[in-house]
Amino acid sequence: MTEPLLEVENLRIRFAGNRTGRDAVRGVSFRVGREKLGIVGESGSGKSQTGRALLKLTPRSAQVTATRMRFRGEDLLTASERRMREIRGRSISMILQDPKFSLNPLMKVGEQIVEAYRVHHQADQKTARERALKMLEAVHIRDAERVFSLLPHEVSGGMGQRIMIAMMLIPEPDIIIADEPTSALDVTVRRQVLCVLNELVEARDTGLILISHDLNLVASFCDRILVMYSGRVLEEIEASNLRNARHPYTRALLDSLPRLDRHVDPLRVPQRDPSWLDGPVFGPEEGS
Amino acid sequence: MTQSLLEVTDLNVSFGEEDERHHVVKDVGFHIGRGECYGLIGESGCGKTTVLRAIAGLNSDYDGSILLDAQKQPKARRGAGFLRRVQMVFQDPYASLHPRKMVDKVLREPLQIHGFDRQRQRIDEVLVQVGLDPSFRYRYPHELSGGQRQRVVVARALIMEPEILLLDEPTSALDVSVQAEILNLLTRVQRERGLTYLLVSHDMAVIAHVCQRIGMMQHGRIIEEMTSEAVRNGQAQKQYTREFLDASAAFAAALEGDAT
Amino acid sequence: MDDMHQHGFRGWLAAPVPASAAQARAQQIWLGCKRFAANRSALAGLVFLLLLVIVAWLAPLIAPYNPFQQSLSARLTPPSAAHWFGTDELGRDILSRIIYGTRITLYIAVLTAGIVAPVGLIVGTIAGYFGGWIDLVLMRIVDVFLAFPSLILALAFVTALGPGIENAVIALSLAAWPPIARLARAETLTIRKSDYVAAMRMQGASHLRIIWSDVIPMCLPSVVVRVTLNMAIVILTAAGLGFLGLGAQPPSPEWGAMLSTGREFMMNAWWVAAMPGIAILLTSLAVNLAGDGLRDVLDPRHD
Repeated sequence: MTEPLLEVENLRIRFAGNRTGRDAVRGVSFRVGREKLGIVGESGSGKSQTGRALLKLTPRSAQVTATRMRFRGEDLLTASERRMREIRGRSISMILQDPKFSLNPLMKVGEQIVEAYRVHHQADQKTARERALKMLEAVHIRDAERVFSLLPHEVSGGMGQRIMIAMMLIPEPDIIIADEPTSALDVTVRRQVLCVLNELVEARDTGLILISHDLNLVASFCDRILVMYSGRVLEEIEASNLRNARHPYTRALLDSLPRLDRHVDPLRVPQRDPSWLDGPVFGPEEGS
Repeated sequence: MTQSLLEVTDLNVSFGEEDERHHVVKDVGFHIGRGECYGLIGESGCGKTTVLRAIAGLNSDYDGSILLDAQKQPKARRGAGFLRRVQMVFQDPYASLHPRKMVDKVLREPLQIHGFDRQRQRIDEVLVQVGLDPSFRYRYPHELSGGQRQRVVVARALIMEPEILLLDEPTSALDVSVQAEILNLLTRVQRERGLTYLLVSHDMAVIAHVCQRIGMMQHGRIIEEMTSEAVRNGQAQKQYTREFLDASAAFAAALEGDAT
Repeated sequence: MDDMHQHGFRGWLAAPVPASAAQARAQQIWLGCKRFAANRSALAGLVFLLLLVIVAWLAPLIAPYNPFQQSLSARLTPPSAAHWFGTDELGRDILSRIIYGTRITLYIAVLTAGIVAPVGLIVGTIAGYFGGWIDLVLMRIVDVFLAFPSLILALAFVTALGPGIENAVIALSLAAWPPIARLARAETLTIRKSDYVAAMRMQGASHLRIIWSDVIPMCLPSVVVRVTLNMAIVILTAAGLGFLGLGAQPPSPEWGAMLSTGREFMMNAWWVAAMPGIAILLTSLAVNLAGDGLRDVLDPRHD
């Protein structure tokens, strides 16, 4: 692993007045360097709340605790809201599910990218504009000049999400948290959008945390995978080593996928075991 | 090949106004025999869902012909005869169930429209068949999980005892852990009832799992037709299809190491 | 927890698996009520409105005097133990008149809502669902109505129809339905593209059935909320019409009309105008609060 940018230890998130009696996130620990980390889990597994907690964007009813939550050695838990605002975007940025809700509907998309750049960098309008255009080209938008002056409702979902990526990457953050960046998109633009994201992240050596429910997607784009279930990381594993996953939950997920190389019928349906809730977890080092 | 149950010839669909008319589906034609499962696969915008909606009669603005049992279907509203034989399962179970309708009402309405008898019994039967307890009939969609909702959607499609199901990405909105359940359900029901499927998906593994024949779509055309055997063996004629297969196989390889 | 299932009605409402459609519906309503009750100000509004209904219903029993009985010797007496709200220029007890006036106000409000909601809903959903020239024609009609301020429109109609409560109700409804139709149409436009409507079409449902069973239930919450919020305006406009002498006619104890006559004595007998004024204010406020709470319960998007 490269030098860790972000270290999280024993992260817990508790919601006031939740009914299950179990915290949303229970003791999650991980480190991210300049690499691609995937967090996979079903809905309700706590993966999104984990992502939000890193930027302190959890809803007010949530109580976040951790023994350690550091970005480049700086403690995020005690950081002021003002400091967090500097960190958000400049150092850690976040790409959300639906570009429709994250872009300002009344502002040209190009202007929004320019603004994203100028908030964190001293630059005059002209250089910022040039950079924005270059960024649009970098996310594979042909005819960047024309797209620059479109309004958000005039672009398609896939293009909107690429614009979001451009906007999030232009301040050159160290880490990008992408929370289901493609699930609002038509299923097949997803690959294209992720390819763009992947390309940029690799070229700039940015750390990426990709949060998704889609094991397929995460396995093919990330270096390392955290498998979350019911608020805990059940298994941490190298993506290339996924076939040797040892936790029964990860195994069950893998076994349930239809296969191209052979016909399995019926497919195996994951059976949930209550012992997973507090049972052993599997890290990358031990064993193998 | 015996006589085909569903046949599509020279299907063309365009969207938009005069100036910016997009030709989304171009000269698409295929046929599906009784009891067969046919898959349409391709990237987004390749027009596969548009083909499905044209067949379903949800978009009457097309050229070409759609034949059911060699009978050409009218472009305007499909008749009751067609709808009793052809039903559809939608992509997103969160969007395709009316949020204020109980499961019971969702399943009862088609029976009322088409004047079926034994309504209560039929609802119980179809719920059991899709793997839901009959006690689910008095639940609202928001009380159900994604997988349970999709089962209700399948039940709604099955309750009129159709011969053909049009499946529009039936698992892509669901968690991975639920996908297998729904796919098993679909293949089981197909076998039990001898149904004919037209499945649209972007996932080659899903298509190959369910279908015997597969049409690869690109830019609104079917560029190649293959059997699922050919897909599994990586036998594709066109460059584009090969690339598509490679991408899917790369993931399988990641899971299996050097299984090939 | 187990004995909860056995405890009659409460248990029936809390049962995890409803056994009949009625039970499932009752459970949903129960949950809605609980959420409504959690909103204190909405609850206060609702309680006040319920109180008004009871007052209107039991007016003859509650009112200390006959609201029409004049007593010229006791004219314009300030609030006292005998006349809590004082008396007006003809010596009538203002409290009794306000109590009887509740009947008129509620009558106007309920009747207007009863006309406005269905008309707006039907016009709006039909325009939105069918689109094309039907939409064009219906929406231009709506535009014509919207072009005039509602009070002016109501005034014009009342002048044409002649003063009186029934005519006031018709005039108020004519002025109040267009925004409802607009709202219903906007909702319908998004609903008609949804997958569940496509699913209904795939099942051979007629347009009428789709509008009735899919579109209207989805529009209803926002329409109901809008109508309740509008109710406050209706009450005020009704009072305004009464104030201008175009609504209820004397000696009818309509609040607006009372306010209007009180105006002459504002300087030396403030209570004649203030008491009905406060009644109008409180009722409008209560309706607004309750409508706000209703929105939180009915409209899931307003979280």
